[in-house]
Amino acid sequence: MDILITGILLGGTYALIAMGLNLQYGVARIMNLANGEILVAGGYFAFIAYTSTQLSPILTIFLVAPLAFALNWLIYRVMLQPLVNRAKNRGQLETDSILATFGLSFIGVGLMLSFFGGDYFSYSFMAVPVELLGNTYGANRVLSFVMAVLICGALYLWLNHSRPGLSIRAIATAPASARLVGIDVKNLSALAFALGGAVTAVGGALISTYLTLDASTGVVFTLKALIIVIMGGVGDVRGTIIAALLLGILETIVASLLDPGLTLAAAYVMFLGILLFRPQGLFGKKRT
Amino acid sequence: MSLTGTDIRNLCFATLAFAICALLPFGDNGYWLGLGVTIAMFTTLATSWALFSGPTHYISLATAAFFGVGTYVTGLGIETLPFWSLVGLAGLIGAVLAALVGLATLRLSGVYFVIFTLGLAELVRQVITWVQNNTGQKGLYVLTDLDEAGIYWWLLGLAAVVFLTGWLIGRSRLGFALRIIGDDETVADHSGINTARAKVLLFMVPGAVAAMTGAILAPRYVYIEPSLAFAPILSFQVVIMALLGGASRLWGPLVGVIPFTFLLEAVSSNFPNQTTLVIGVAFLVIVYLLPGGFVGLLDKIMYRVNAKERS
Amino acid sequence: MATPVLSLRGVTKRFGGLVAVNAMDFDVAEHEVVGLLGPNGSGKSTTLNLVSGLLPLTSGNISLWGNRISGLPAQTINRKGVSRTFQLVRLLPSMNVRENVVAGAVFGHRRRWGQDAQDHAEQLLEKVGLGGKGDMSLGQLTYIDTKRVELARTLAGDPKVLLLDEWLAGLNPTELQIGITLIKSLRNEGRTIILVEHVMDAIRSLCDRCVVMAAGTKIAEGTPAQVLSDKEVIRAYLGDDDA
Repeated sequence: MDILITGILLGGTYALIAMGLNLQYGVARIMNLANGEILVAGGYFAFIAYTSTQLSPILTIFLVAPLAFALNWLIYRVMLQPLVNRAKNRGQLETDSILATFGLSFIGVGLMLSFFGGDYFSYSFMAVPVELLGNTYGANRVLSFVMAVLICGALYLWLNHSRPGLSIRAIATAPASARLVGIDVKNLSALAFALGGAVTAVGGALISTYLTLDASTGVVFTLKALIIVIMGGVGDVRGTIIAALLLGILETIVASLLDPGLTLAAAYVMFLGILLFRPQGLFGKKRT
Repeated sequence: MSLTGTDIRNLCFATLAFAICALLPFGDNGYWLGLGVTIAMFTTLATSWALFSGPTHYISLATAAFFGVGTYVTGLGIETLPFWSLVGLAGLIGAVLAALVGLATLRLSGVYFVIFTLGLAELVRQVITWVQNNTGQKGLYVLTDLDEAGIYWWLLGLAAVVFLTGWLIGRSRLGFALRIIGDDETVADHSGINTARAKVLLFMVPGAVAAMTGAILAPRYVYIEPSLAFAPILSFQVVIMALLGGASRLWGPLVGVIPFTFLLEAVSSNFPNQTTLVIGVAFLVIVYLLPGGFVGLLDKIMYRVNAKERS
Repeated sequence: MATPVLSLRGVTKRFGGLVAVNAMDFDVAEHEVVGLLGPNGSGKSTTLNLVSGLLPLTSGNISLWGNRISGLPAQTINRKGVSRTFQLVRLLPSMNVRENVVAGAVFGHRRRWGQDAQDHAEQLLEKVGLGGKGDMSLGQLTYIDTKRVELARTLAGDPKVLLLDEWLAGLNPTELQIGITLIKSLRNEGRTIILVEHVMDAIRSLCDRCVVMAAGTKIAEGTPAQVLSDKEVIRAYLGDDDA
C-alpha cells in the first residue's frame, strides 16, 4: 500500500512531464529529445528562486511557465519550423528533428554545466511528513502530485472544450485534413510545442522540490517521458496518465524491493514488452 | 566475382594506405600513437555504423552498449582464454545482441529504434552494476602484455576488415536491397525484398564490430567499471563523426573522424567542461549546414562543376 | 473457365467503422485482362492493395493458383508472382533508370543478378520504350517516362499477375495512345493483368472482362460492353436522377 501510494505520487508528476512531450510529438510532430533539459532548467529556476528569495516553488511555476513557453516557441519557430518546411517526407523530418533536438539537448547540458557547474542541487521545501492512509509521505511529494493533477485536468478540459484545444486535437489526428477545414496548422503547432515545453518545465520545478537533480539528469527524464508517451499512445491524454502512473508504481516497486539503481532498467523492460506486444500503445487501436 | 580495373586500383591503393598507417608505432612518439589509437577506434566504429545507418537512415545509439559488452568479455575472460579468441567471442555476442535488438525494434518506425538504442547502454550498465553490487565485486582488472602499439595494430586490422566487409556488402544483393529500402520501403516490400531480415542482418555488423572494438580496447583501460565501459557519449560521438563525414560512401565517415578527433582533443585539453557544448553544436551543424556531410558537400560541388562544363 | 490464376472470395476490408471493400468475389483466368472499375472511393485501389499485400484483409481470402496468399507479407506475395505499379508513381530517387528496373529483377518472382539482371533490365527498357535511357537520372524523365520505368520494374521479376493501379491516369491524349499501345502489347504477350482504370477508351480496347464496384461492393461483372450498358453501373456513375 505504501509502495502503491508513493508510486502514484511519483507517477502524477511523470504524467505532467509526459503530457508536455506528448503535446510536442502528437501535434507538432517533433520528437523533442531536449525535453529533459527543459525540465532540469525548470528545476534550476525553482531552486534559484527558492534559495535566493525564498520564493515558494508553487509560485515560481507561474514564472517558469511563461518563460518556458516563450523559449520553446522561439525554438520551434527558429529551429524546427525550417526542418518541417524542408522535409520531403515523415521519415526525413523524424531523422532531422531527432538530430537537431539532440544538438539542443547537448547544448542545454553544456550551458547549464558552465553556468551552474556539475553539482547536484536540492533544497528543502515543505520537507515535513503528512499522513495518508496510515503511512507518512513528504508534504512536497503530495503537493507536487496535487499540482500535477490540477494542471493535467486543466489541460484535459482545455483540449476537449476550447476552440484552440479542439483544433490542436484535430491536427494531432489528421494534419492534412485539419488544414483543409481552415485550421492554422503552423501557428497551432508552434503553440502546442511551446505549451508542451511550458508543461514540462513546470513539471521540472515541481519535481525539484523532492528529487535531487543535476545538469546532466535531463536525459533520464526524456527517456522516461518517451517511454510513457509510447506506452500510453501518441496523442492520448488518458493513456499517458495511466502509463505514467504504471511507470511510477513499477519504479517504486523495483526501487524498494530490488535496488534503486535498477529503476531505468525496469522501465526499459516494460518498454520492450510494449514494443514487442503492443507497439500501438496500451489503448491504441491496431492500425489496419 | 569480377573485378574491374578501378576495383583493383582501389584495392591496391587501400592496401598501401593501411600499410603506411601500420608504420605509425615505429615513429616512437607516444602522443601521436595515442591519437592514432583513438582515430583507428572511431574509424572502425563510425564506418561500421554508417554501413547500417547510411542506407537505412535509422539512427543507432547502441554503440556504447555493444562496446561495453565487448570490454566486459575481455575483462571476464582474460585470465582463462587467449586474447584473440576473446575478440572473436565479443564479435559473436555483439552480433547476437544486435540481432535481438533489431528483431524487437526494426519493424517499427525510426523513433522507437532511436529511443530504444539510446537507453540500451544504460540498461546493460544498470544490470551489470547491480550484479557486481550483489556479488561484492567492484571492477575488473585487465592485465595483458598488449601495449599501445599492439592495440593500434589490432584496431587497424579490424578497420581493414570493416572496410572490406563494407565493400563486399556494397557489391552484394544485400547491399542493393538496402539501397532500395533506404529509397522507398514500400517499393522494397513490393519488389520481393524481405526488408525486416535485411535490416536485422545488416544491424549485426555494427553490433559485432563495436563489441570487438571494445574487446580490443579493454587492456588500455587496465581497470574496467560499468560507468567507464558504457559511457553513452561514445554513441553520440560515433553518430556525429559518421554524419559529419557523410554516411553515403564507405570512406565518408573517415573524413569526419579525423577532424572531429582533433577538434575534441583540442577542446578537451583547453576547455575541459565544454565538450558537451561542442557535441551539441556539431549536431546542429550537421542538420542545418551539412545535411550530407563532407561527402555530400563534395558531391554538390562536383555536380556544379560538371554542370558548368556541360553548358 | 479453367483453374483461375487469381481468385478473391469474400474479401472484406474495414477501416474502423467504414467498410471500404465488402465481400468481393471474382476470378482472373490466365492470359486474361480484367478491368476493375467504379466511381471514386468505390474501393478499387483498396482491393488492389489487398491483393498485393500492402494492406491486411479484415476477412475473406485471396488465392494464387489455388494457394492462399492473403495474410502473407507483400514481399512473399511478390515472390510468388504478383507485381504491381502504384497509383502515384513510386521510383527509387537515388538510382538511375536502369538500376530502378534492376531493383525489380533481383528479388522478384524470377531472380537475376549481375550481368544477367543488367541485360534483362536493358531488354525491358527497350520494350517499354526507354531504350538507351538507362543511364539517365530520374529527374531528367518526363511524366510518362517515369510511368514506363515503374512498369519495367514490375515486369522485371517475370510476374504471373500484373496489377496496374491507374497506370494511364494523368497522361495527355498523345501519351494516352502510346500507353494503351504499350499495355496492349503486354496483353498480346499473354500476360495476366488486373487494371484499375477510369479511362473508358482504354477499358473498351484492353479488357476482356470488367468488374464494377460501387461503395465497396461488386455491382456488375461482364464484358466491357455489357457492364457499360448495365443500368446499375450507369446509376452508380451518374446518380439516380439520370437513370
